[in-house]
Amino acid sequence: MEKIITKNLNLWYGDFQALKNVNSGFKANKITAIIGPSGCGKSTLLRVFNRMNDLIEGVKMNGEILVEGENILNPDIDLVNLRKKVGMVFQRPNPFPLSIYENIVFGEKIHGDNIKKDKLYDIVEESLKSVLLWDELKDRLNKSAMKLSLEQKQRLCIARLIAVKSDILLMDEPCSALDPQSTARIEELMRELKNNYTIIIVTHNMQQAARVSDNTGFMLFGELVEFRDTHEIFTAPSDKRTEDYITGRYG
Amino acid sequence: MERHFDQELKDLNQEILKMGAFAEEAIYKSVEALKNQDTKLAHAVIDHDNDVDNLELAIDEKCIDLIARYQPMAKDLRFIATGMKINAELERIADIAVDIAQRTLELVDKPLLKPLIDIPKLTSVAQNMVKMSIDAFIKRDIELAKKVLLSDPEANALRDLVQKELTEDYMAKDSSSAPRAVQLLLIARFLERICDHTTNIAEDVIYMVQAEVVKHHPEKLKE
Repeated sequence: MEKIITKNLNLWYGDFQALKNVNSGFKANKITAIIGPSGCGKSTLLRVFNRMNDLIEGVKMNGEILVEGENILNPDIDLVNLRKKVGMVFQRPNPFPLSIYENIVFGEKIHGDNIKKDKLYDIVEESLKSVLLWDELKDRLNKSAMKLSLEQKQRLCIARLIAVKSDILLMDEPCSALDPQSTARIEELMRELKNNYTIIIVTHNMQQAARVSDNTGFMLFGELVEFRDTHEIFTAPSDKRTEDYITGRYG
Repeated sequence: MERHFDQELKDLNQEILKMGAFAEEAIYKSVEALKNQDTKLAHAVIDHDNDVDNLELAIDEKCIDLIARYQPMAKDLRFIATGMKINAELERIADIAVDIAQRTLELVDKPLLKPLIDIPKLTSVAQNMVKMSIDAFIKRDIELAKKVLLSDPEANALRDLVQKELTEDYMAKDSSSAPRAVQLLLIARFLERICDHTTNIAEDVIYMVQAEVVKHHPEKLKE
């Protein structure tokens, strides 16, 4: 089943067209990677899925973006709910300057109504367990999240999305600030999470896309050149531009 | 930390072991069919070859996938690269079992040219070498792999004996024996080819375990 579908999606930043007629389908409970050179539009595509590009001045879009069947370009869409459902993890982990506990319950406090304290504690426990942080952090939930390692901070940011029950996780270069060991652990976490979440990851690191994803899209100059099973993309791409890029011949 | 890749490698290992079991079973059944003139068993070997071929393709695809997706290095790379080669050797062994089964079908209903003496000996050498080479792969056992390599001269000598006897004592003296003698010659040749494939597996195992190339360098075995 496809969780997100784009139909003839175009996006402009002023006069510059960043996405050109993108047609794609992102399957539920799969990891989909978007790869391509800098400036190809991959982060732009990721950000349209929770309308983050709205924050940039001069953005114009047309086409359709269906999230669970609902066109999110519809002016009536509830953006708060959309961003709750479709969460984003960034390149540099960005915990709030609060305690670990407060970081996790922050979203729930905004979205939820008067949730009891023990219920909040359960949410914290469940979310931290999902990102395999509970055992490490359960005795220091009141300590500042800013004191955590980069990898722990990134896990915490993922836990924050889990706490508000996002079911689509957008990840924009989530490992680029991490060392190889931490990267490997985050990749393992992604494999665990895909049982319950739909994950879309943008990465510069082609090897990471190959290792971790089920499907891969290759973008170039705003165009989604090829979008297929990862095995096929990396063993027998159908477009010469994809082959040139993944074999390092591009440019 | 166990990597996801480790599980993939374990799966690949299991598939290669399954291929080894297929090859071993094919050889066992084909020589049993020959010994007992059992056409049903010979046909079973021929029919099973399709499964062997499909498994060979699946293993190849898995290896290509792992190379493309994980960019393996060092021992992981050696395991996958030799896994592909061992896969091909095992498939060839199973093919030869089919050849033996087909020769067996040709020989059925014809009186035995001579009591089989050296062919059963060659058969047991070949079966033993297949078993040892697969065990060497399973246990990553260099010494066992070397034992396989050292068994090859015995197989060659037995093949030569069979060849000499059939050509000199039968074909040269009585041309009517030629059709049956040729079948037996081919079978001896097939059995000896199986032994050659097991030595390739053994050399691959040595490379996989200790990154040493002994292929075409027999002097290295003595070190």
